Amino acid sequence: MTDDDRVFKALADPTRRFLLDRLFERDGRTLTELESGPEMTRFGVMKHLRVLEEASLVVTRRSGREKLHFLNPVPIRLIHDRWIDKYRERQVSALAELKNELEEEMA
Amino acid sequence: MTTDTETLVTTQVYRVYIKATPEAIWDAITDPAWNRRFGYPGTMEYDLRPGGSFRAIAPPEMQAMTMPEKLADGEVVEADPPRRLVQTWRFLFDPDLVAEGFRRLTWEIEEDDGGISSLTVTHDLENAPKTAAQVASVAHIYQGGGGWALVLSDLKSLLETGSPMGSDQG
Repeated sequence: MTDDDRVFKALADPTRRFLLDRLFERDGRTLTELESGPEMTRFGVMKHLRVLEEASLVVTRRSGREKLHFLNPVPIRLIHDRWIDKYRERQVSALAELKNELEEEMA
Repeated sequence: MTTDTETLVTTQVYRVYIKATPEAIWDAITDPAWNRRFGYPGTMEYDLRPGGSFRAIAPPEMQAMTMPEKLADGEVVEADPPRRLVQTWRFLFDPDLVAEGFRRLTWEIEEDDGGISSLTVTHDLENAPKTAAQVASVAHIYQGGGGWALVLSDLKSLLETGSPMGSDQG
């Protein structure tokens, strides 16, 4: 799997997006805080956090005895830069081509 | 907005994996010849010893647009090339940001498998909500945000392809 595959796979699950949203609300949470949501088991949360960590969307840091989970937006930024910017550029160049063609027809 | 404020007052952690050696990443961060080529316009100048000065200098075209010459300043706390750089950081282009004062910023570089290294940036931003907003650009989080996310994405792009993102646009 490429890095992008891991990110897309991680984001394709509603529970994992919910966990990211909770970290977005307040970053640097412990596992205990993250599993306190509705219908979340410790095992389920751990499993989802592992997928998020493998995609580097979550980075953990030790703080004393606690392991804190942080939302890392860099992989989303990379996808934005690699994909969204690319398509936006193509739209722009398609419009530029259209303009050229139309103007040539008129000439 | 309460939740936003809560988001802003904590530590922020950013990590990127780059196909480059730790030495190349260290140089890209600390050498002005490299660091002017990615992220926001300007150069970062380091005196790489404990107590040494740090400053981020605006390019002339930004200074012409009422930006101060120094965009940020700070002090080197620990320099252990090519693995670990600890420094303080304070923005200088707005009085509110200046008032929040210096915060600790840590750059950690680790060698991974297959010629890949990870760079982790940890910015301690407790009680510095305006500085935190600057480096996070939280409003655009699902577009990836600006701030450190933009800088690290751009650094990866520069080291892996030889040119930063968007360099062909001007």
